[in-house]
Amino acid sequence: MTTASAPLIEVEKLEAWYGRRRILDGVDFSVNAGEIRVIMGGSGSGKSTLLRHLLGLHKPRGGRIRLLGVDIGRASEREMLDVRRQIGVSFQGGALLTSLSVGGNVALPLREHTNLDEATIRIMSRLKLEVVNLGGFQDLMPAQLSGGMVKRAALARAIAMDPKLLFFDEPSAGLDPVVSAELDELILRLRDALRMTIVVVTHELESAFKIADTITVLDQGKILMTGTVDEVRHCDNERIQDLLNRRPREIQVDADAYLKRLTEEAA
Amino acid sequence: MPPAAHDMNTLVRPLESLGRATLGALANVGYAAMLLLESLYFSCAGWRIGQPLRLRAVAEQMRQIGVDALPIVTLLALTIGVMLGIQFIAALSEFGAQSQVVVAVAKSVTREFGALITAILVAGRSGSALAARIGSMSVSQEVDALATMGIEPVRYLAAPALLAMLVMLPMLTIFADAVAIAGAALYASPALNVTPTVYVMQTLALLAPGDIGQGIAKSAVFAVLITLIGVSTGFSVQGGAEGVGRATTRAVVLSICWIIVVDMIFSFFLNR
Repeated sequence: MTTASAPLIEVEKLEAWYGRRRILDGVDFSVNAGEIRVIMGGSGSGKSTLLRHLLGLHKPRGGRIRLLGVDIGRASEREMLDVRRQIGVSFQGGALLTSLSVGGNVALPLREHTNLDEATIRIMSRLKLEVVNLGGFQDLMPAQLSGGMVKRAALARAIAMDPKLLFFDEPSAGLDPVVSAELDELILRLRDALRMTIVVVTHELESAFKIADTITVLDQGKILMTGTVDEVRHCDNERIQDLLNRRPREIQVDADAYLKRLTEEAA
Repeated sequence: MPPAAHDMNTLVRPLESLGRATLGALANVGYAAMLLLESLYFSCAGWRIGQPLRLRAVAEQMRQIGVDALPIVTLLALTIGVMLGIQFIAALSEFGAQSQVVVAVAKSVTREFGALITAILVAGRSGSALAARIGSMSVSQEVDALATMGIEPVRYLAAPALLAMLVMLPMLTIFADAVAIAGAALYASPALNVTPTVYVMQTLALLAPGDIGQGIAKSAVFAVLITLIGVSTGFSVQGGAEGVGRATTRAVVLSICWIIVVDMIFSFFLNR
């Protein structure tokens, strides 16, 4: 499936800090064209932070991120805009603009980045809504949609510009099993029909195993492994098996650090 | 902990928090200045880098900031005018200088009260609305979504508001000047034994362009203050719905404080 061309995403030795806490520590990975990559990890593993860096919402403190061949830490505004026109993002809560209708949200990237006339934009945005099975809902406001519909509308907006690269943050969070299964199907269909490269961040095992070509497992800011679904399933790393089998982690208490935390005045 | 160290702490703590607060305030001013520069940059040259300012967005903001505020501005300006009429008649008749009421009202309204009352009203209506709108958009990741779509949030959200405010606040101020003078005429002309028309004609004869200019210059500065404070508190909202509420309050209180302080500074330099 992978072509000989360079990977669409290359991350080298990425570091991120939140105050004095290190969130990401030497993260390396790359995603090839046409692949569905799932980034998996528990809460606090750094996967949201990694995603925000991939989207260019944070500048990396150390290391390099190349999206579509552009180093986004050093890109000019013009280059960054070109990259952003070729990526689509579906946020966890949808992040539809509440002041615009559903159709207006999907049409927004087209209105802002193309010179198409209004009739074409209308047809194109309705086409995208049909793709996510929301045909006919273009005149509703985001507040009138259910949780699953919001996610699908956000997906329609993300693919409005036919991006090469699609990011999807927690597609199944807060949805019932049927709706989240439908979303998984939709993601697979998008890759097959529109030949997109898709990066999904999730902590839902079932959906991860269903849609992923390859999985990157993140834990405490480090990459534990990257591999195919089978490789991850049969990996003998203890933390990964904890994650797969829903075992609580064993927390080892360092007595000195514990006492220090309890007694020190200023953190 | 030894007692000496404890003493040091009680000394150092307040200094430390003072230092933090100062740094925070400086950072806020710096952030607002950056927003101003970016908004102006996108307004003037945004179309060259694929971030054009949408006239439709500016028009929509102008309607919300200016046209929708007309009823309340009318009501308050009229009230202020009548109030000034009452006060000046009462105060000046003690010296038998009733005829000076016209000039007193004309100058105080155009130089001070028109601009001040309009700015305070608009800060309460639109400054808070800007902070609430942008704040709730930050909380629900809509601002991030705009950025990842390649739509600069400052260009899309801040620049139209700044331009609209810069046009509408001076216009509202001129309108408020006229209404307040009409209000004063309603109360004061019977007391002065003239018709309201004559009162207004006298006002027009006494006013210099500089008087009205002073109010307009102030209102342009107020416009920048209200927008920057509203937008910057909105963008820096953290902590969900409660954070949005706090930002809204903060935007109004900060705007009104700055408006009054800047007004005093302006008056000092323009009337020496």
